[in-house]
Amino acid sequence: MAFLDYAPAPESTSILNLRDEYRLWIGGEWVAGGGASFASVSPSTEQPIATFATADEGDVDAAVRAARTAFRTVWGPMSGRDRGKFLFRIARILQERARELAVAESLDNGKPIKETRDADVPLVAQWFFHCAGWADKLDYVGLGAAPQPHGVAAQVIPWNFPLLMLAWKVAPALAAGNTVVLKPAETTPLTAMLFAEVCEQAGLPAGVVNLITGAGETGAALVRHPDVDKVAFTGSTAVGREIAKALAGTPKRLTLELGGKGANIVFDDAPLDQAIEGIVNGIFFNQGQVCCAGSRLLVQENVHDAVLERLKERMATLRLGDPLDKNTDIGAINSSEQLARITRLVDQGEAEGGERWAPDCELPAKGYWFPPTVVSGVEASSTIAREEIFGPVLSVLTFRTPDEAIAKANNTPYGLSAGIWSDKGSRVLAVADKLRAGVVWANTFNKFDPASPFGGYKESGYGREGGVQGMQAYLKAGK
Amino acid sequence: MTTPSAALAPAERAVQLLGGDLSEVALRRHLEGLPAVDAVGLEARAASLGTRSIKTSSKQAALDLTIRMIDLTTLQGNDTRGKVHSLVAKALVPDASDPSTPRPAAVCVYGDMVGNAVEALGSAWSNGRDDGINVAAVATAFPSGRASLPVKLQDTRDAVAAGADEIDMVIDRGAFLEGNYGKVFDEIVATKEACRRTDGTFAHLKVILETGELVTYDNVRRASWLSILAGGDFIKTSTGKVQPAATLPVTLLMLQVVRDWERLTGERIGVKPAGGIATAKDAMKYLVTVAETCGEAWLDPHLFRFGASSLLNDVLLQRQKLTTGRYSGPDYVTID
Amino acid sequence: MATTTKTPARTATRLDVPKTYKLFIGGAFPRSESGRVTEVLDKRGAFVANVAKASRKDARDAVRAARKAQPGWAGATAYNRGQVLYRVAEVLEGRKAQFVDELQRTEGLTAARAQQQVEAAIDLWVLHAGWTDKVAQIGGHANPVAGPYFNLSVPEPTGVVAIIAPQEQGLLGLTSVVAPALVTGNAVVVVPAAASPLVAISLAEVLATSDLPGGVVNVLTGDPAELAPWLAGHADINALDLTGAGDLDWVELEVIAADTLKRVLRPEPGLAPETPQRILALTETKTVWHTKSRL
Repeated sequence: MAFLDYAPAPESTSILNLRDEYRLWIGGEWVAGGGASFASVSPSTEQPIATFATADEGDVDAAVRAARTAFRTVWGPMSGRDRGKFLFRIARILQERARELAVAESLDNGKPIKETRDADVPLVAQWFFHCAGWADKLDYVGLGAAPQPHGVAAQVIPWNFPLLMLAWKVAPALAAGNTVVLKPAETTPLTAMLFAEVCEQAGLPAGVVNLITGAGETGAALVRHPDVDKVAFTGSTAVGREIAKALAGTPKRLTLELGGKGANIVFDDAPLDQAIEGIVNGIFFNQGQVCCAGSRLLVQENVHDAVLERLKERMATLRLGDPLDKNTDIGAINSSEQLARITRLVDQGEAEGGERWAPDCELPAKGYWFPPTVVSGVEASSTIAREEIFGPVLSVLTFRTPDEAIAKANNTPYGLSAGIWSDKGSRVLAVADKLRAGVVWANTFNKFDPASPFGGYKESGYGREGGVQGMQAYLKAGK
Repeated sequence: MTTPSAALAPAERAVQLLGGDLSEVALRRHLEGLPAVDAVGLEARAASLGTRSIKTSSKQAALDLTIRMIDLTTLQGNDTRGKVHSLVAKALVPDASDPSTPRPAAVCVYGDMVGNAVEALGSAWSNGRDDGINVAAVATAFPSGRASLPVKLQDTRDAVAAGADEIDMVIDRGAFLEGNYGKVFDEIVATKEACRRTDGTFAHLKVILETGELVTYDNVRRASWLSILAGGDFIKTSTGKVQPAATLPVTLLMLQVVRDWERLTGERIGVKPAGGIATAKDAMKYLVTVAETCGEAWLDPHLFRFGASSLLNDVLLQRQKLTTGRYSGPDYVTID
Repeated sequence: MATTTKTPARTATRLDVPKTYKLFIGGAFPRSESGRVTEVLDKRGAFVANVAKASRKDARDAVRAARKAQPGWAGATAYNRGQVLYRVAEVLEGRKAQFVDELQRTEGLTAARAQQQVEAAIDLWVLHAGWTDKVAQIGGHANPVAGPYFNLSVPEPTGVVAIIAPQEQGLLGLTSVVAPALVTGNAVVVVPAAASPLVAISLAEVLATSDLPGGVVNVLTGDPAELAPWLAGHADINALDLTGAGDLDWVELEVIAADTLKRVLRPEPGLAPETPQRILALTETKTVWHTKSRL
């Protein structure tokens, strides 16, 4: 066996203690759902993990009522200091159960354990720790003295970072004094259920956090519930648009974190080896199922060939396979639907004249897999340069001058993220100024931090998560 | 700083790459044109390679390979014949409890100890063959390099004459930091010349950059490239006398340089991290970094070495653990 | 060589020269492409002027002009934007009498009330002139992230903002929505109060002579109910400020705006016009990360 084949190094699943069936967690109780229960399958094996309840309108109503009651009777009146202490407790328990959560997330989502262990779960704990400290300092978020929580927050999150997106939503909401009803995505409900256990261990008062499972209908019922004060959604632009319409004219506050088609711009003076890593990280992190993925590589024409050659060489070392293997770089696609979408778009990109390349890599027989792929010769007008693919597929475009790079980078209805690779500081700053994107990574990519605001321009949504802006989204000016 | 158009000593690689009118200016322009290094990205990549998990059969193979890549080293002012004999004995029989244990690539000593090492190795001395143990000698006023060029070259010639198969020279870091790349270049070329044996063959030349004194990664990349241009067979991180010595990011960077050199010329240059690599776990990270940067071809003692003294015993402890299934202890491996 | 010229004696019968009130698009004063005008009468019903009545195509042209002008305005230094906004106040001060007169005629105010409104508007321009180089320090932050990164968040202009100006106090209302939008570098397409078109166009003349680049502010006099849906639906508008749309079907406008996920500021009562929060409501937080190495 060649050294680079690395013997299997699977993370043990014995750390998990899963139930066969999870119900809804409403008002601190596990209750049956009114809808038909459904199974979540592991995307890498297609094996069912557990069954989950579907919350119908009545369940949604019960959850919102539980949140309202908790807001009125316990969480609203509680001092910021004590709310903070609960969040600190949660942060610590998340750290204590980090490995278990990482394994569960990897199992349910299909992403490599390397990522859940080193990125998702540590960030989850950090997010709670960060927001915990805000709870007794709300006078300083920039809304004047004694800002007020909205009340009940309805939160709907996607499947690409299940627990991390929960943390981005729940932590600031609770720190600000809101209570929440959260719905995880139907393909990745597992870690939200484990989070319910974490809340139980922390002794969080009943109803402060309510977790309901189900598909799109459950989410729609939740955000439309009349007694909800604040809606936060992360997901597709299409659904975000529908929510914005549904909430028009209502007093509900709305923040949206939607799609993207991030440009990763490589100038000819880039630190080349690091740029290659940044390109790889930008599009293959989490199989490219990242709204801020650097899915459009804009490379200066005079280094195009060198970059592409090195990129392909590097891609050939990516290891695709069992997400629970500690050496896996590329895990499974989250669902068969997503796999079909990726496949369709890449086929279309090829049909439109793109040149498709993927390293030799054997795909497992079971599960949903797509090899890391680069499509070169893509033009600004190509479908795969326009549409969000949400998969491990990089479209390569070229540019000649900084102005052209900026124009191409901004030539999209989205505006979430962008990358710049250049060793020239003045150019980096000038280009960063002109990019219409909420997050610009210079000589790095896909970095997240609870102190750093995240969110998009244009059709990538509105509002920010993280930082002082993230706290403002869950507060209104005091009287 | 720059001496314009100063003619440099001829060095085949540099002439081929930079053209016949090899000058200080041409050299400087070439080195300054190398791609920049972003330190954070480099360190992040190294850290990520460090998280690879090498288990079971892969680990077994990697441990044996590590031993075969070690330059078992003693470089102390108080080295004696006895100490060198002891070191050589350890190289010959790393683990008496397991005859299948491979031997290290070389023993590495000061130049005046080369004769002792050769004598102690006896028939195990490679003496140019591929299946024995090499004797490597540090030279050129190691570790500081602060001596006149004639002294450095004589130091080298003495070691080669005494039988050194490999010369580990140090570059003039002062000259490098002054921007006097031509001086550094010339000294390497001259040292390479001093490695020539009477039969016309050369002792292998490892060029020590002393990365802990160059400090920045951009300097390391330039010095690596410069050393290769001037004729080095290996580029080596450190003397072991300066902290930090070898680090994973620095080694990764030097591996990227030799990978790029191969891409450009087809020629393969070796890399030797030295100093501070003490555990098998660390060695695994280096092997992963080698394999994922340069490919499996570099997993070869001709192209990658560890300059180390205590690493060997830790690898042996891990080896015993794999064999017996139990954790071993320091009393079950021999000291040199 | 000086010659004496005789000034004609002012007689009571001298004919005034009335102004043609046109649109303000891209720094120019075109008539509506539709050829339509609205007759403006004073409170006693006497004819005052024919004011251009903007059409959807005028709105389209205005958006195009705004988009073209926006990067340059945003790219100007904050100091420069501040000086331009201050210049607006200066020029306005010098033409106070004209605005007082127009307000008296269209809003039926006493001279004193009209003057009060004009002075309040001037002072609001001065206030916002002072915000340009400060608001980023209120809304921007250096973020202490857990890693070797320089990380900075700054408020940037949202882009092109369409505004339905307040229907009361024509000049002050217009100023209260336009000035805060301009502070950070947005470009504006504004529909002024339907009842106060004169001051809106006169303000446009002030803007046109205050070093404000053409296209940064575009004024569309006309029927807000007719123009607003086109602006709400225009894909090249980034934000919709409905401060003065309380009498329109603003919920429907918000629904239309959701098609392109515009930022929407709902009708009054909103944020006070002099606050940094009002300015920041039309900004995007951009966060820039850069590696920060030890070496």
